[in-house]
This record gives sequence, structure tokens and C-alpha cells, in this order.
Amino acid sequence: MALTRRQRRTAVRGTQYGVLVAAVLVLVFAANWGDIQRGFFDLNAAKQLFPDVLTIALVNTVKYTVLGFVFGLLLGLVLALMRLSSVPPYRWLATVYIEFFRGVPALLVFLAFGFGVPIAFHVRFTTLSTVVAALGLVGAAYMAETIRAGIQAVPKGQLEAARSLGMSQFRAMVSIVIPQAFRIVLPPLTNELILLAKDSSLVYLLGLTGSEYELTKYGRDAMNTVQSMTPLVAAGLCYLIITIPLSYLSRYLERRTSGESKRGLEVLS
Amino acid sequence: MSVIEISGLHKAFGSLEVLRGIDLTVERGDVVCIIGPSGSGKSTLLRCVNLLEQPDSGKVVVDGTELTDPDVDIDKARRRLGMVFQSFNLFNHLTVLDNLTIAQRKVLGRSRDEAERIAKQNLEKVGLAGRERSMPSQLSGGQQQRAAIARALSMDPQVMLFDEPTSALDPELVGDVLGVMRALADEGMTMLVVTHEMQFAREVADTVLFMDGGVVVEQGPPAQVIGAPTQERTRTFLARVLNPTGDNP
Ligand SMILES: Nc1ncnc2c1ncn2[C@@H]1O[C@H](COP(=O)(O)OP(=O)(O)OP(=O)(O)O)[C@@H](O)[C@H]1O
Ligand SMILES: [Mg+2]
Repeated sequence: MALTRRQRRTAVRGTQYGVLVAAVLVLVFAANWGDIQRGFFDLNAAKQLFPDVLTIALVNTVKYTVLGFVFGLLLGLVLALMRLSSVPPYRWLATVYIEFFRGVPALLVFLAFGFGVPIAFHVRFTTLSTVVAALGLVGAAYMAETIRAGIQAVPKGQLEAARSLGMSQFRAMVSIVIPQAFRIVLPPLTNELILLAKDSSLVYLLGLTGSEYELTKYGRDAMNTVQSMTPLVAAGLCYLIITIPLSYLSRYLERRTSGESKRGLEVLS
Repeated sequence: MSVIEISGLHKAFGSLEVLRGIDLTVERGDVVCIIGPSGSGKSTLLRCVNLLEQPDSGKVVVDGTELTDPDVDIDKARRRLGMVFQSFNLFNHLTVLDNLTIAQRKVLGRSRDEAERIAKQNLEKVGLAGRERSMPSQLSGGQQQRAAIARALSMDPQVMLFDEPTSALDPELVGDVLGVMRALADEGMTMLVVTHEMQFAREVADTVLFMDGGVVVEQGPPAQVIGAPTQERTRTFLARVLNPTGDNP
């Protein structure tokens, strides 16, 4: 039977909605909602989580993430400049670093910093320095490549104009090129911040004291106390409180940057 | 004494010999216009004068300092040379005022107040008074180029280098920029200008230099080089530039 285009469109639409409705019905009737609620959305259990889930766990996650990010950003900038250096050994070192830390799981880096390094070097790190170091070292590898691309995206004429005004190479990089590079890479750096927020959960592998708990460790611990998955749901929601605004920020910055370069092009043309 | 003395300048990119022995002397207060076909090495010559391009051999002496001497402090030497680019190259992340003050402060060590005072004088001079707070992207091409000239002037250069300053501009904006350059020449600024604006060269230049294939083919007063060229290559070039459609006027 031949269908007109309109009939075919209606049929395809109808089928898609049909499948959706069927799936919802199956969920509603087949699932045991009482169990699901007790398991994941137990309000009594949820009440016990406050205020610690916010004042300790969320605060620690934010603290670990932000400090790790700042350290990673600084190291990433140094690595990016090494990658662009005219001295070959600097380029090699930076490449090896970047390939290594992008290639191994963040988990291994946390384990190495939590257990390996202290034994090998007879040092003791605080939890904070361990997590900041591990997050920063991993984040730096990704951010270095982003920043390098940003520096290379700044038109060559900017550096030449700066040098022609008598600025040294260093001064021109600091005052002219790097600030413009950072405006270009702001959206991808925001994405990196989101990834680090989630990776900060890996610190749960290390022995933490109660006041050092971040969201994942806190949720796991509370899960045993209240005999419900509710703490994990709460922790998950807290991650979303951090990450969703960031991803909107990133998209906003992206629109703003592309808008700017378009305006710039219009003037040039 | 000559402000610029260039002798035996050679520059190659790989196997491409772009400058093949350039000699040029510029006296203080002179305006020298460099003309020539695309790819003849005009930009490269200009960029060799302030060492944005490192010459392979030959000497560049500016105001008694040999810039090609490896021991010379090039950042310091470049302060005597202002450069204006075809693509303006204003610093995109800075306001017009900051574009004009940043090098004054970071390179010459002037105070913010002094740098801003000098910047405002120069903006006034190029007809951009009141645009201090604008971002470069908010200016027209002609305004951007005039701001770029003001930026270079704020460093108190001995010589101004212009590389096709009006080539990227809409025709109706060219006049403003050439007007600023003309005023600068009248003030006695020493200028080295790569340009395709024959009218400007004819009226403002003390010397016109015709380059082709990396050598200076012909040089002299504009009345001679543009008005009555002796070299065949110069005549061919001028015929094409002055009468691009090819029909007889
Ligand atoms: N950095 C570079 N690397 C390689 N080749 C280059 C470089 N800069 C210039 N060239 C080449 O050198 C030659 C001369 O270039 P130059 O820019 O000096 O010419 P020009 O006379 O300014 O031409 P135009 O009128 O098109 O600006 C050209 O063939 C160009 O492709
Ligand atoms: Mg050129």
C-alpha cells in the first residue's frame, strides 16, 4: 500500500509516541514503586543528611575541585609554553608529560599520590594536598593542549605589533598573547572544570577523616548508615548543582566568543 | 646624518631569495615611498628594517645604532621605529586608550597619567578624540588604522614604517588615513611607506623607490620615477597600476 508523504509522517510520529507510552506504562506497572522510593528517595533518610551533605561534602568537593583546577591551570600554562618553546628538550618533556597523564586513568594517579609517593619519598601529604596534586596533574595535561591551541589561535600580527612597540617576547606573551588566548579557551576550560569536579570523587579511595569527606565518599558512607541509596541520589543532585550551571556558563561563553569574532570579521571585511 | 642606512641587505625564505642586495639611505624628515609588484619583497624589506624579519646578510643602521649587530638590544632599538601594519593589529582585548598606553607604560616606564596624556594628544591628532573607551572591534577599519598610527606615535619614534596601511580599507575610508599620514609628513616625521597609492606617493614622497624581484630597480624623486621612469620594468608596472582596466584614457 502506497502512503502519501503526509500519511507516512503521521505513521512514523504515531509509532514513536506509541513506543514512548508503552515504555512509560511498563515502568509504571512493572516497577515496584514502594521499593524504589524506599531505596532511592527515602525522605526520612534524606533529612538525616542535612546539613552535612552541604556544609561538609559539597563544600569539600568544591574546594578540592577549585584548588585542583587552579594548580592544573598554572601547570597547564607552563606546559603549553614549553610545548611552544624553541628549545627542543622543553618540547619533548611537555609532550611526554601530556601524553602520559592523558593516557593513564586518573584513578591510577590518585592511587600513586595517595599511597605510592608517600612510601617512595618518605613524605606525608595531607588529604587536601594529595587531591589537589592528583587533580591538578591530570587536569594540567588536558588544559596544556587547550591553552596551546588558544595561544596559536591568537593572530600572529598581535605578537608582531607588540614586538614592534619594543616589548620583549616575554612581555608580549604576558600582556598581549596570553590574555587573548585565555578568552578563546574559556569555554573548553569550563568543561575541564566540570570533568575535574567529577574526578574529585576519586579521592574516596584514600583514607579520609569525616571532615574531609566529599560528596561521593559522604554518600557511600551514609548509604551504609541509613540502609538506602538515598544518600547517593542526594550526592548526585549536589554534583548537578555544580555542573549544570557550569555547562550553561560554558555554552554562554562559547556563544559570546563566536559572536565577538564574527563582529571582528565584519569590521575587517 | 642619515636616520636609516641599509646596505647589502639579503633575505631568503628557504630557496626563495626575496631580497637580493638592497641599499637605501633615508635622511631625517624624508618620506620614502616603496612601490612595486606583489611579491617583490617590499614588506620583507620593511620588516627587516625593524628586525621583525632577521636578514641573512647586510647591515641596517638606525640613528647610528646597527640593528643587525647581534649584541644590540633589539627591544630597545625598536623603540625608535614605529610600525603600522596592513591589518592594523590593534590589541583586540584592550580599549583604544589601553592600546596606546600599554607599551608606553611597560616599555618606556611612563606613569599611567603621563601615558594617558600622551595617548589622548595622539588620538586627537588622528581625529579619534573621544574614542578612548571603545574596543577595536567597535571601530571602522579606517578608525582602527588611525588608532594604530596613534599607538605607534605614542612611543615617540624617530621613524615611522608603514606597510600598505590603506590596502585593507574600504575606498571611502582611505582618505582619512592618508590625510593623517600627510599631516605627519608635514610635521617632519621620517617615513618609509610601502603603498599602492600613486597619488600619495607623487604628492608626499621625497623619494620613490621601485622594487622588483628583490632589488631596487629605480629610485629618485616622484616626478622622475612615477612621472618619467627610465626602466622598462617600472613603466610596465606603472601602466598596470595607473590604468588597471587597460583601456586608453
Ligand atoms: N615568512 C615567510 N615565509 C616564506 N615565504 C615568505 C615569507 N614572507 C614572505 N614570503 C615570500 O616572500 C616573497 C616576498 O614577500 P613580500 O611580502 O615581501 O612581498 P610584497 O612585495 O610585500 O608583496 P605584496 O604587495 O603582495 O604585499 C613572496 O613570494 C612571499 O610569498
Ligand atoms: Mg606586502
